[in-house]
Amino acid sequence: MTSPYLQNTEADRKAMLREIGVSSVEELFQDIPEKFRNAHFNLPLPLSELELKEELRQLSNRNANLNDYACFLGAGYYWHFIPSVISHITGRSEFYTAYTPYQAEVSQGTLQTIYEYQSLVCQLTAMEVSNAGMYDGSTALAEAALMACRITARNKAVILPTVNPGYYKVVDTYLSGHDLPLEKVESNLDGLSPDCACLIVQQPNFLGYFEDMATYAQKAHENGALLVVIVDPISLGMFKPPGNYEADIAVAEGQALGSPISFGGSGLGIFTCRQEYLRQMPGRIVGRTVDVEGNPGYVLTLATREQHIRRERATSNICTNEALEALATTVYLAALGRKGLHQVAELCYHKAHYAADAISKLKGYSLIFQQPFFKEFVIRCPVPPYQINEVLFKERIIGGLDINSRIENGMLLCVTEMNTKQDIDKLAEILGRL
Amino acid sequence: MNPQECKYTQEHEWIRPEPGNKGKVGITDYAQSGLGDITFISLPAPGTQVKQFKKLGEIEAVKVYSDIFSPVSGQVLEINQAVIDKPQLVNQDPYGDGWLVSLEISQPAELDALMNSEQYDRFVTELPK
Amino acid sequence: MDHHYLLPDISQSGKIGCSLPSLDVTPSELPPKELLRQELELPEVSEVELVRYFTVLSKLNYGVDTGFYPLGSCTMKYNPKWHEDIAKLPGFTSIHPYQPVESVQGALWLMFELQECLSEITGMNATSLVPVAGAHGEFTGLLMVKAYHQDRGDKARKKILLTDSSHGTNPASAVMCGFEVGVVASNDEGNVDMKILDSMMTEEVAALTLTMPSTLGLYDPQIAEISQLIHKRGGLLGADGANLNAFLGKVKFGDLGFDYVQLNLHKTFSTPHGGGGPGSGPICAKRNLTDFLPSPLVNKNKKGYFFTSPVNSIGSLGTAYGNFGVMIKASAYIRSLGAGGLKEASENAVINANYLKEKLKAYYHLPYDRTCMHEVAFSGKRQKANGVKALDIAKRLLDYGFHPPTIYFPLVVDEALLIEPTETESKATLDAYIDAMKEIAKEVEKNPEILHTAPHNTPIRRLDEVRAARQLDLHW
Repeated sequence: MTSPYLQNTEADRKAMLREIGVSSVEELFQDIPEKFRNAHFNLPLPLSELELKEELRQLSNRNANLNDYACFLGAGYYWHFIPSVISHITGRSEFYTAYTPYQAEVSQGTLQTIYEYQSLVCQLTAMEVSNAGMYDGSTALAEAALMACRITARNKAVILPTVNPGYYKVVDTYLSGHDLPLEKVESNLDGLSPDCACLIVQQPNFLGYFEDMATYAQKAHENGALLVVIVDPISLGMFKPPGNYEADIAVAEGQALGSPISFGGSGLGIFTCRQEYLRQMPGRIVGRTVDVEGNPGYVLTLATREQHIRRERATSNICTNEALEALATTVYLAALGRKGLHQVAELCYHKAHYAADAISKLKGYSLIFQQPFFKEFVIRCPVPPYQINEVLFKERIIGGLDINSRIENGMLLCVTEMNTKQDIDKLAEILGRL
Repeated sequence: MNPQECKYTQEHEWIRPEPGNKGKVGITDYAQSGLGDITFISLPAPGTQVKQFKKLGEIEAVKVYSDIFSPVSGQVLEINQAVIDKPQLVNQDPYGDGWLVSLEISQPAELDALMNSEQYDRFVTELPK
Repeated sequence: MDHHYLLPDISQSGKIGCSLPSLDVTPSELPPKELLRQELELPEVSEVELVRYFTVLSKLNYGVDTGFYPLGSCTMKYNPKWHEDIAKLPGFTSIHPYQPVESVQGALWLMFELQECLSEITGMNATSLVPVAGAHGEFTGLLMVKAYHQDRGDKARKKILLTDSSHGTNPASAVMCGFEVGVVASNDEGNVDMKILDSMMTEEVAALTLTMPSTLGLYDPQIAEISQLIHKRGGLLGADGANLNAFLGKVKFGDLGFDYVQLNLHKTFSTPHGGGGPGSGPICAKRNLTDFLPSPLVNKNKKGYFFTSPVNSIGSLGTAYGNFGVMIKASAYIRSLGAGGLKEASENAVINANYLKEKLKAYYHLPYDRTCMHEVAFSGKRQKANGVKALDIAKRLLDYGFHPPTIYFPLVVDEALLIEPTETESKATLDAYIDAMKEIAKEVEKNPEILHTAPHNTPIRRLDEVRAARQLDLHW
């Protein structure tokens, strides 16, 4: 089978080999010892596009997808509405087949959209400066902790137990690189000491409810530590943004803003901070400037922070990030705009509260926390959650996260604008039977 | 060429001794020319103790950065806010308005370890291209 | 059409770019006012303007689909289109990472198979798909190196050796793992200087990481010797697999003596670069290191596929399983090429690079005049004598309709021009590129001013990067 991805014919190759001065392509590999050179590869036999598309289509059908199942599962990855306009823009090959915009003059599309992204994220979070995005929420948080250690010249990070446990693990892995401790402190912040570089909190927290950010900010700053917050970006359509409660670094998982869940990858690590910490911020940054004719244009800037210039003294090793996801987020925020994002947040809020209300009235179920919440809440179930989820799955519902290991018979439920009243009523009805 | 009254380091810093064991410090014309358009300078706060030939600060251009080393031991008295606001002053007038810090020199004998103007000129011409 | 406006310039109160449903449940009481946001200042635009705005912007971009993109070290090969379609299937896009494992067996099948294929392609024993970029994979590999030595009770191994031609992510990743960095110089042939390596390879060294072939596009024939030296002194040998395109289907890293290698699916395995991501940086390891791989791995038994955690895993590097969306495309690539197709890819890539080398060496200085692999490093030093820099040459190439090669990397080459054509380019394209480079070489002698002021024919002229750094404007 001739590959459709190769343009050269046998005649082309012969002509080139002649110009190179060798008689066969093997001669170009002759520095490599024979025994290494033509290894045997035990790989599946190749198939055509037609055959593989069918095979992969059938494979994808072996997955229960959220178009066919009502989803009440969140815990960091969310089933939100994705307007079609996004994929039509990210699907333009000028955007997705381009590389990192090092040659600015032929990359203004990418660069200007990143500038818009940075601007929109600053508006959303009310933070002073944003980078072009990192891998995902969890690694953005890890980089934030490292950044706080650099800024304060301190060697410890503290974290509330109400932060997503998956994020905790990632921060721990990153800090372990430098053998830095990550300690849990309770919400009274008794463990906050002068050797802490940062206090890491989540708003709303992993269990869905809002905590007292003003007090956390005050206590952290009294101790000379930075306040590092993970936020739910959709919640910012309704709720106070981190810039308004004195966060020093605010990160978020951007998947909810216009990217498909995709089994957890790709994500987008939204990363913002105070202007004064700009030069310690990792990741790429786009800046506006002019060309030789005075026309406005965009370039990657402040590159002296990055690995390709500062190497072992770089703020981070990050190179490739999630540029296309950042583009998706840019289009999402632009498409929804001021009113739309507020409306989505309100839909989530009211539907989640409707669900919480209905379920808490069921015999055997109770709402664990009384604090205000956004779109996620914890219920105590009459039987182990895994049993409930098995029944729900048969009814084409993906139930909430089983957090029995943390709260006895606890389930973390999530309700978004994608859940209809019918979905919620059906969920309540089935739960009522159990 | 390079000002007669200054002393020079191998890392291309100069110091202009002033009465009262003080000295103004900057980078040489060779250094600024090698860096290209300077975009950012990071200097220690007044009161900071410095040691001879140890890192004093950092200087950045668009695609490079370089450490600045202190020609002598002492204490930072003053930093030149003008170059913080307008780093291009270092390119334009490296020995004048482009000065970086004013130091209190704790060990004046250390100046003897530095090159004088002729020695530095020779040093620069002998550098590999 | 003018693109010089931004979203706030076209924003008008009352507009929106999509439609949303009304609330279908009784509203609940709002939370306390102090939790609520006072103002949200996002732009308001219609879908029409949105689409026009981004469409116009896209046309300012040059991508692989626009033309030749020979960025050395990046492997800008063609991105097959059917991969994009299958990656969009709802059974792949609309699955939650925490939904019951039984309900995502299709996804796990794909991941397991990809793990196996990548292990086979690299000659390793196991693969983790968790890292989401090359640098992420490098960091992972070095954390594993650290864990390996700690597990052996060897506390002295505080250093990582790398070469003077290594990518900036290599030392940056080493430092993130608490290592010091030692740089091994290359010799005049562009290979590792064995004398220097011998003197630097002590029992304080945890590992040597090598890009193979090197960032100069050169195969180091001393690799067996290097492997022996490192291993004899208790160190590990890691590969930066960014240049796998030279070895695809022909040579296994494992056979050469490497203990681990991190890959770039968005380079070698044809997944799109996206303007800077998403990528995927799987890590493949030999048996001595597989216990330390990050969590989770996909495993299988009679009942089906499931996640496991290696016995001494370095931990989690993300909250899911890696960039699944990218994995689908890499998997499709491997399945559609097979072993024969992969070999064809690397062979064509190497032919293309050597052809460029032969045809350009009369005009540009070739620091290492020997057979190269999939990329070739030229130097603009001849042109520098005329006051023209690699940057100017790159900007002038834009006027000829080509994306420039990588410039100023690797650092060991003065005025470096690192050209990687990839296998998906034609001889005709290469000939046109060669002609452009020849013209530019002439212009350097006859009319250097046109190079200093290039580009002239692009949507925007040369941009003032100094101003961008001095007068920071990072958002509206």
